[in-house]
Amino acid sequence: MSKIEKAKIINLPLSKEDVLNLHTGDFVLINGVIVTGRDKIHEYLFKKTKEEIKLKYDLKGSIIYHCGPIVKKSKEGYSVISAGPTTSMRMEMYEHALISRYGIRGIMGKGGMGEKTHKSMIEYGCVYLNTIGGAATYLAERVDKVLDVWMLEEFGMVEAMWILKVKDFPSIVTMDTYGNNLHKKIKNTSSKTLKRLFKHIHQNI
Amino acid sequence: MRLRELIINLYRKSATSIPSDIEDALSTAFNKEKGISKKAIKIILENINSSRVKQKPICQDTGVPIFFVKNQHCLSQAYIEKEIISATKIATKAIPLRPNAVDIISGINSGDNTGNGFPIIYFEETKSKELIIDLILKGAGSENVSQLYKLPDEKLNAERNFEGVERCILDSIFKAQGKGCPPYIIAVGIGATKDQVTKLSKEQLKRRLDDTNKDPLLNNMENRILEKINTLGIGPLGLGGKTTAFSVKIGLNHRHPASYFVDVSIACWAHRRASLICRFKDEEKVEISSFKIIN
Repeated sequence: MSKIEKAKIINLPLSKEDVLNLHTGDFVLINGVIVTGRDKIHEYLFKKTKEEIKLKYDLKGSIIYHCGPIVKKSKEGYSVISAGPTTSMRMEMYEHALISRYGIRGIMGKGGMGEKTHKSMIEYGCVYLNTIGGAATYLAERVDKVLDVWMLEEFGMVEAMWILKVKDFPSIVTMDTYGNNLHKKIKNTSSKTLKRLFKHIHQNI
Repeated sequence: MRLRELIINLYRKSATSIPSDIEDALSTAFNKEKGISKKAIKIILENINSSRVKQKPICQDTGVPIFFVKNQHCLSQAYIEKEIISATKIATKAIPLRPNAVDIISGINSGDNTGNGFPIIYFEETKSKELIIDLILKGAGSENVSQLYKLPDEKLNAERNFEGVERCILDSIFKAQGKGCPPYIIAVGIGATKDQVTKLSKEQLKRRLDDTNKDPLLNNMENRILEKINTLGIGPLGLGGKTTAFSVKIGLNHRHPASYFVDVSIACWAHRRASLICRFKDEEKVEISSFKIIN
């Protein structure tokens, strides 16, 4: 319990040293500017060169959040209604290149990512942040302000890149720069249990 | 009140609150879990409360709406379908729901959650005096980790018997890990054809967690498999722990001698299901005399 009571505060943008201080199992509260990006943004950023595109926000030291939010537009501007994470594994093909090309320091989503991404994280200094799947109202309440949006017309509300100022946005470090991977660890343990269950399955049917 | 307005309210109930049985199960899980998993469940419980109070969607993925309509023989199916489509468009803006219907050729999102086969509507005629409309908002994260098996499956050493079925279910949850937002609600359909078992498993998703299978053999099996799943250690959101699933529900149909399909439909902890039950005033079935919306 002691570890979770002592949440680590993250202030963006992050330096490489900041990232080296983050370890798998850390509960963190994020403050600063993050951007959303899911399937279409990842494919686009991957296929185009850095020179071909004009990003509205410099991703260096920032966090890309795998999220397709519900955003409402009013006279006062945009407000985020609902903003939980989507499954990160769908971005596995592209993420490694985005980390090296844009200097992203945090990948946030749910469910963890694969070897290719983790290798890139270790090499360039980036962590995976598993936030709370389904807690969309709670997380939207921690978005202070919508600063801007990119590719809204082209990709639509769900797939656009939303540039968000967040305050005390909760997340858990599950893949770090030291090669630790909580998802892999749990998968390995459950694989052993599954083998044991299969071995003894006939005994109780 | 027009049927359309009631369906909008059904959408609102389903999107912004989760059933009490699931909320209770989450509270139990909170007491059982430790460390980061406990912290995650605490945030989940706060989210449920906040969503209910503010009438905002529990999860930004308001899913694929799946309707199960039990209608009386004299009530027009076309009329109900029209009301559902119209309600879907209004609810998407009013609640709001996330527009999730994407055209496969153009890649364009219709913007109002309607399109070819979207929402999904199943009709069934009943002798009851009530019209019952069940709605499940099926999130894609958990749908994407659902699996369809064809027995025998040599890789799993799964033969055409209940032991084989058990192997399939355990395998599907192992493969899902934390990607589909556990604790999961697991629903299984077994039968002759692919389309039939996938619908049958979705029907099992309507059952409450405390609903027991009428067949004692299946009831035992459901409980036994659930217990085994919870030894896998995947835990809430895949962060590790004792609570990987809340329930396993199994439905059976007859099969073909050559076929044995097993479909495992997985729902996330944010399993949004609600029901509208209404009675009509008159023979023409236009004016609604009473209704209730529950989940």
